[in-house]
Amino acid sequence: MKKLMLTAAVSVASVALVANAYAAGRSTISVVGSSTVYPFATVVAERFGKKTSHATPKIESTGSGGGMKLFCNGIGLNTPDITNASRRIKQSEYEKCQANGVKDIIEVHVGFDGIAVANSSKAQKLELTRKDLFLALAKDVPNPDGSETLVENPYKTWKDVNPALPNIEIEVLGPPPTSGTRDAFAELAMEGGCKKFDWIKAMKKTDKSAYKSVCHNVREDGLYIEAGENDNLIVQKLDKNPNALGIFGFSFLEQNDDKVQGSVIEGKSPEFETIADGSYPISRPLYFYVKKAHMASIPGIDAFLKEFTSEAAMGEDGYLIDKGLIPLSDSEREMLRKNTLAGKTLQM
Amino acid sequence: MNNTEIVKQSLKRRYAREKRFQLYGRCAVLVGFVFLALLLTDIVVKALPAFSVTEIRLDVDVSREALELPVEGRLDRDAIIAVNFGGVIKKSLREAFPDVTKRKQKRELYRLVSSGAEFALQAMLVNNPDLIGDQPLRIWFKADDDVDTLYKLDTRTSRISDLQLGIIEQLRASDSIRTVFNTTLFTASDSREPEQAGIRGALLGSFWTLLVTLIVSLPVGIAAAIYLEEFAPKNRITDFIEININNLAAVPSIVFGLLGLAVFINFFGMPRSAPLVGGLVLALMTLPTIIISSRAAIKSVPPSIKEAALGVGASHMQVVFHHTLPLAMPGILTGSIIGMAQALGETAPLLMIGMVAFIVDVPGGIFDSATVLPVQIYLWSDSPERAFTALTAATILVLLGFLVVMNAIAIYLRRRFERRW
Repeated sequence: MKKLMLTAAVSVASVALVANAYAAGRSTISVVGSSTVYPFATVVAERFGKKTSHATPKIESTGSGGGMKLFCNGIGLNTPDITNASRRIKQSEYEKCQANGVKDIIEVHVGFDGIAVANSSKAQKLELTRKDLFLALAKDVPNPDGSETLVENPYKTWKDVNPALPNIEIEVLGPPPTSGTRDAFAELAMEGGCKKFDWIKAMKKTDKSAYKSVCHNVREDGLYIEAGENDNLIVQKLDKNPNALGIFGFSFLEQNDDKVQGSVIEGKSPEFETIADGSYPISRPLYFYVKKAHMASIPGIDAFLKEFTSEAAMGEDGYLIDKGLIPLSDSEREMLRKNTLAGKTLQM
Repeated sequence: MNNTEIVKQSLKRRYAREKRFQLYGRCAVLVGFVFLALLLTDIVVKALPAFSVTEIRLDVDVSREALELPVEGRLDRDAIIAVNFGGVIKKSLREAFPDVTKRKQKRELYRLVSSGAEFALQAMLVNNPDLIGDQPLRIWFKADDDVDTLYKLDTRTSRISDLQLGIIEQLRASDSIRTVFNTTLFTASDSREPEQAGIRGALLGSFWTLLVTLIVSLPVGIAAAIYLEEFAPKNRITDFIEININNLAAVPSIVFGLLGLAVFINFFGMPRSAPLVGGLVLALMTLPTIIISSRAAIKSVPPSIKEAALGVGASHMQVVFHHTLPLAMPGILTGSIIGMAQALGETAPLLMIGMVAFIVDVPGGIFDSATVLPVQIYLWSDSPERAFTALTAATILVLLGFLVVMNAIAIYLRRRFERRW
C-alpha cells in the first residue's frame, strides 16, 4: 500500500515537473483541413521537417468544412495556422473569419485533383457522360416520357440510362455526404449532367435551392452505396465485384491501376495530362489558407510556404506530382509564388 | 403407468435434447473460433511484407571533391550537413547505369531509391566523418516503396516503368538488391513514404496517454469505490450516483471526446493533440469500469474478516486499509488493467481533441503533439500508397500484442493473489 502511494506521489511530482518545463509558446506549425489535401501537405511537412531546423508541422485531417471552422475560430496559439481545403473558401466562411479577427488570409492554390469513376479491370471499361452519371445517381430525374416533370429515379441498369451502355445493374460505391470528394462529385459530375436539361438549367435563375437539390441529391434506394471515407476500401470492393463502380480520388486510381480502371468521361480518360489541361470534366482545385497574423509568432510558416510553393514540390517534376497532385500551369505557378511570398491577402 | 415409467419413457427424449443443446453450444464456439482464426490469418498474411524491406546497393563516391567540400583542413558538422546528398546519390545511380541518358528515364532511375536515402547518407557521414575519403563506400539504401512492393510481392502497377523493371532485373543479376528485416518499423515515426514509416511515435504517444490515464483514473476510481462501498450512507443520493456510474460505463466514447474538447481544450486552454488531454479524456472513460470492478472486488471480501478486525478494536479506517483493500487489490488491479486495455484501443474520443493527425516528431512528454497506435492504424489504412496496407496490418499485430500482454498480466495477477474463501 505504501509502495502504491509512493508511486502515485512520484508520478504526480513528475507530471508537475513536465508541466513546468512546458513553455508557453508553440513552435510547431498546426495545420487542419481537407482529407484530400492531407496526403500532399504531409509530404511537404515531412520534407520541411527534415530539411530545416524547424519542427515538423502537425497536420490534422478534419475535412474542408471542419478545418475552416477551426481556422476561423480566431487568432491565437490554440487555433490552427493553416487550413487545407478541397474547394475555395466560401463567402460565409470568409465573413466568419473576419468577424472573429482572422483578418489577413493568404490563399494558396496548390493544384488540382481528379475524381475517378472506376470499375474492376476484369470488367468492361465504361464510356460515360456526366448526363449518364446524373441520370443513374440522382434522387429525382426528369420524366423519361419527355415532359418537364421530375419523377423518382426509375433506372435500374446502365442500359436503362443510356442504350449504348451494357446491361448491368447500377451499383455505385462512393463517399458519404460528409466528404469533400462527395461535394466535388455532386458539383462537377452530377450538376454538370443536370445542366444538360435546359428546363432544369432555367430553374437556376428562378429557384436556386430547388435547382441545387435536384442536381445534388443522390438516390437513396440502395443503388448508391455509401462506402465510408476510406478509398482503399472502395478499391478492394471493386476488385471483388466486377459489376460495381466506385468514386474516388485520382491518386488511388494511380496506385491501384492493376486492379481498377477509370471510366472514360465524355471521351476523356482520367489521366495526368487530361486533368492538368482541364479537359477531364471531373476535377477540382485544391487550396490552403494561411493566417498572416501567425507568421510573426510561429516560426517557420514563411519557410513552409516557400517549400510548398517551390518548383521542387509543386512543379511539373515535383515530389507532390509523384504523389498524384495535378500541377498548375507554369505561369499560374509563377504568379502564385510571387503573390504568396509577398504575403498578398485574400479579398472577397 | 406409474411415475417411474413416465420418467423412463421421456428419458430418451431428454437426453437427446441435452445432446442437441450441447451441439448448438459447440457450433457457436466453433463459429466464433473460425471468425477469429480468419481475421487473424488475414491480418498476419497482410502484415508479413511489412516486416521486411528491400534495399539496393550503391557505390557512393564520398571523396571531398565529390561532396564539394574543402580539400584541406578539418570538416565541421555544418559543412557536412549542407552537402547536396541528393545530388551525390543521383550521381552514383547515373554511374551505375550509364546507359540511361534521357531526362525522363533518368527521373525513373532516381525514383528507384527511397527519397529518404539522402538523409540516411547525411546521417551516416555526419555521425562518422572519417568515412569521407577517396575510398568509395558500398552502401545499402532503402528502395522506393513501389520497387519494394514489386520485389517482395511480385505485383506490378503502372508506377513501375519498363525501364525500371529492366534495371531491377540487372540489380538482381548482380546481387545488388536484397530484402532485410525492417527495423525502421520500430525506430521511425509516421512518414508519408511507406519505406520510411514506423510506429515509434505512436507507441510513445500511447505510452504517455496511458500514463496520464493511469495516474488520474486509478486513485480517483479506487477512492470513489472505497467510499461508496464502505463509508457512504445508503440513501437516495447514493443510489442515484450508483445508477449514473453504471450508465456512464455505457456512454459512447465519442461523447467523452466532445466533453474533452469543450472542457479541457476550450475552457482550460490545454494544448490540442497533447497526450495530457487524451489521457484525461480516456481516464473519464475508464473511471466507471474501474469503480464498478473495484466495488465488486471490495464487496467480495468476506464480512467475517472485517468483523474480526472490528472485534479486536480496529477503527473503520484501519479495517479498510489494513484488511479489505489488500485483499481486494487483485480484483481492483484486474479491473483497472482491463479498463486500460480498453483505453489503449480507443480512437473515437481522440478524433475530437486533435490526436488524429500526421505527427512526425516523437513525443517527449505529455504536452507534445502525439498520436496513438489505433489512430496510426486508422491513418495508414486511408493512405493511397499500396505498401501502407501491410504497415496497417503490422501495426494491428503490435496493438493486439500489447492487448494480449495486458490481459495476460490481469489473469496472472488474479491467479497469483486471488484468495478463495
